[in-house]
Amino acid sequence: MARARRAGAADFLLARVAEDMLDRLASVKRAFRTVLDLGAPGPHLAAALSALPHRPFVVRAAASARAGEAGVAVVADEEAQPFAAGAFDLCVCALALQSVNDLPGVMAQVRRSLKPDGLFLAALVGGRSLNELRQAFAEAESELAGGASPRVAPFVDLRDLGALLQRAGFALPVTDVDSLTVRYADPLALMRDLRAMGATNALTLRARAPLRREVLARAVEIYMRRFGDADGRVRATFEIVWLSGWAPDPGQPKPLAPGSAKMRLADALKAIKTGDKGEPSDHGQN
Amino acid sequence: MTEEHAPTALEGPRNDATRVDPRLLEILVCPLTKTTLEYDAQRQELISRAARLAYPIRDGIPIMLPEEARPLEG
Repeated sequence: MARARRAGAADFLLARVAEDMLDRLASVKRAFRTVLDLGAPGPHLAAALSALPHRPFVVRAAASARAGEAGVAVVADEEAQPFAAGAFDLCVCALALQSVNDLPGVMAQVRRSLKPDGLFLAALVGGRSLNELRQAFAEAESELAGGASPRVAPFVDLRDLGALLQRAGFALPVTDVDSLTVRYADPLALMRDLRAMGATNALTLRARAPLRREVLARAVEIYMRRFGDADGRVRATFEIVWLSGWAPDPGQPKPLAPGSAKMRLADALKAIKTGDKGEPSDHGQN
Repeated sequence: MTEEHAPTALEGPRNDATRVDPRLLEILVCPLTKTTLEYDAQRQELISRAARLAYPIRDGIPIMLPEEARPLEG
């Protein structure tokens, strides 16, 4: 939270997600040699990955607006990726996928650029982010304008993301959700940050009616009253949705073929009932 | 992969403007056709014969966007 004050939430969120990503990668007992950092809105992640003890080769691919930023190796569009099939052991994608149009297409291209048994790990801003801001705007608008326009960009929902991963050909797809609270000096500071993140298009452009100054002022008032802390700062909640999947490889665990069971289910259930668990299993512990 | 190079090392640049990591050149393909590219060190371009486009390299950074590419004549 201290960092949010100095660097702004855009940086804060990415720094936090980069940290979490490294934690998650550390739990995968593997040294990824060639890594793609796809579209991260800042240099933290690529820098942290390059500094890993086994010195992976990290390619930071970014949009043209970020071409001059530190560590950008190539300018590319997530939806038309310029990478050869099987180029990478790992693709990380931090806070970049919530704004793409063709998510299944992006996932399919990532899978193609991964080696067999390569990992795709992504974090995106989820649908329940900025609830406070949505509420404040909805309330201010219904008071002053007699109806609400959407003022906060709709984010991707967690539902179906796992199914999308599977459809893109990833094995062992996993999704989970994290929630992050950032405190701001006031709601306008939050909005400035959202603008810096490129998350405000809906705030001003997508609305059916332009945002009137008195609505904005009223929303700020409501926000401060309802989501303010004792010290006058306000809270904003970000939902971070995590996705991971593996490029298929014959060595990966797979469900058994139907009819290949060596024991009848009825016998297995009977064994559990009588307390006879048989051989101790090492499932989940290596 | 070998480990003798630090991630920031630039091996054997032909001239000062050529600062594209050769490991990167190896894995880049045309974003439209996914076919291999020819590296023109003189003009600092990556040429896609299949898409008939030349992608520019600016300050050592390949710009792999069709809208930034130069159409090939002929």
